[in-house]
Amino acid sequence: MTAAARSRVARAAREYVPAAVLLVALVGLWELSVALLDTKPYILPAPSRVWDAFTEIRGTLPAHTRVTLLEAVIGLAWAAVMGVVLASVIASVPLVRRVLYPLLVISQTIPMIALAPLLIVWFGFGMTPKVLVVAMVGFFPIVVSTVDGLAGADADMIALVRSMGANRWQVLRHVRIPTAVPAFFAGLKIAAAYAVTAAVVGEWVGTSSGHGLGLLINRSRASFRTDELFVAIAVISLTSVALFAAVQGLFRLAAPWAHVTSREETE
Amino acid sequence: MNGFALRHVSHAFRGERVVPVLDDVSLEAEAGTFVSIVGPSGCGKSTLLRILAGLLTPETGEAEVAGRNAAGHPGLAAFMPQKDLLLPWRRALANATLGAEIAGVSRRQAREEALALFEPFGLAGFERAWPAQLSGGMRQRLALLRTFLTPGGTLLLDEPFGALDAITRREMQAWLQEVWLRHGRTVLFVTHDVEEALLLSDRVAVMSPRPGRIATVVDAPFARPRRSEIVTEAAFVARKAALLAALDDAMRMGEGAHPPAGRAPGHPLG
Repeated sequence: MTAAARSRVARAAREYVPAAVLLVALVGLWELSVALLDTKPYILPAPSRVWDAFTEIRGTLPAHTRVTLLEAVIGLAWAAVMGVVLASVIASVPLVRRVLYPLLVISQTIPMIALAPLLIVWFGFGMTPKVLVVAMVGFFPIVVSTVDGLAGADADMIALVRSMGANRWQVLRHVRIPTAVPAFFAGLKIAAAYAVTAAVVGEWVGTSSGHGLGLLINRSRASFRTDELFVAIAVISLTSVALFAAVQGLFRLAAPWAHVTSREETE
Repeated sequence: MNGFALRHVSHAFRGERVVPVLDDVSLEAEAGTFVSIVGPSGCGKSTLLRILAGLLTPETGEAEVAGRNAAGHPGLAAFMPQKDLLLPWRRALANATLGAEIAGVSRRQAREEALALFEPFGLAGFERAWPAQLSGGMRQRLALLRTFLTPGGTLLLDEPFGALDAITRREMQAWLQEVWLRHGRTVLFVTHDVEEALLLSDRVAVMSPRPGRIATVVDAPFARPRRSEIVTEAAFVARKAALLAALDDAMRMGEGAHPPAGRAPGHPLG
């Protein structure tokens, strides 16, 4: 292992070890208290029992996860496309900003749990209402931060490019859009963190598909299999983290310049 | 004619109050000359450059670059603002070719021209580096390289070395003179530093405080190439004294126009 790789591993260890230690300690405490207090498994199963449930239903989990993840990814893609389109219009037409911005904020105060059943009435029990829930949840952070990014271009940088004879389109291409890229990804990361949960809410209110993590939660709950419920929760968390990490990776690919360590920091 | 000319240029900023910034400024430079402007902060030096860069139209007077009307017409001269303003999302090479690219030069040709200049600009080996990976001196040299490669005969440099430490600054001055001697471009150089102005220029224009006027123009008739030690020679020191005296006069001219505003004692220039 090279020295650089070793120091990277050491840095990663410093970063994650404390959180991992805390997590292990909490799980240990949970196991111990369930054993000592003799808690009934349908109220709170011990971690060991959740593990047993996991090994029992392990075979069905990929199918559930695949359906939910697909809804989350499609919904996120829609949120990204619509978010960027709307952000561009809001950033370039002041009237649209004044008209739409307050409505956008109000739209975020509508509880998704109330809207999701209505979407089922409108669009049926298929995939569409789930994708819509994800898109509606993810759309807002993407619009807000992309608008800020498009408006936040350095005025001096724009003046420089204009002094070279750049037209409006060239200013947009060389300065405004690149400035907005990290802002867009900041919004997309927030949206990604919520996307799986939103898909689960969409499934939870009703689905015709035989799979989905929301469906798994519903079934476990109905049959008092709290241990399975915890398995579902863990899978949802891990899937969310994986989606978040994927978006982070996409950001690195799309804007490698935003991830270089500056000379000042390394010196 | 590849130089520039300002004729009777006056300008004011009109916000809540009207602030006159330039008052009847005339300054000309024939092709291939190096002209500096020195003057106190806020005397309108940067405004002059922005007018020649086509970013600002003066209220009265004419601004010409290469014989064409520059007022409100960007793209005639190559402008380098105080900050290096490298685009963080472009590698060094792509930053260098930005001006050429916007002017419509083919990407391949722009790249070839730029690559040939990375060595003389002290940037060899950093063609693919991101701006964030370069030192302050290198960033400044890259910004200068970009300015050099921006089509147009005249370079407008606004305190290009203002943010550098004294040692790097001396290096950059020597190097700029060398590059200028080799390429023979017209330069308008704005600085706070009287010594820097004399060392680099053919002529130094002294501006009065706001509203800026050209108080005097001092020649710097020293043989080139000039070594940096020239600043300790008697002839240079005499010129420097004359230039400082001209600046003091210009400051008093400013004070005559406005009531004295508790200016700190000592020389306002670093």
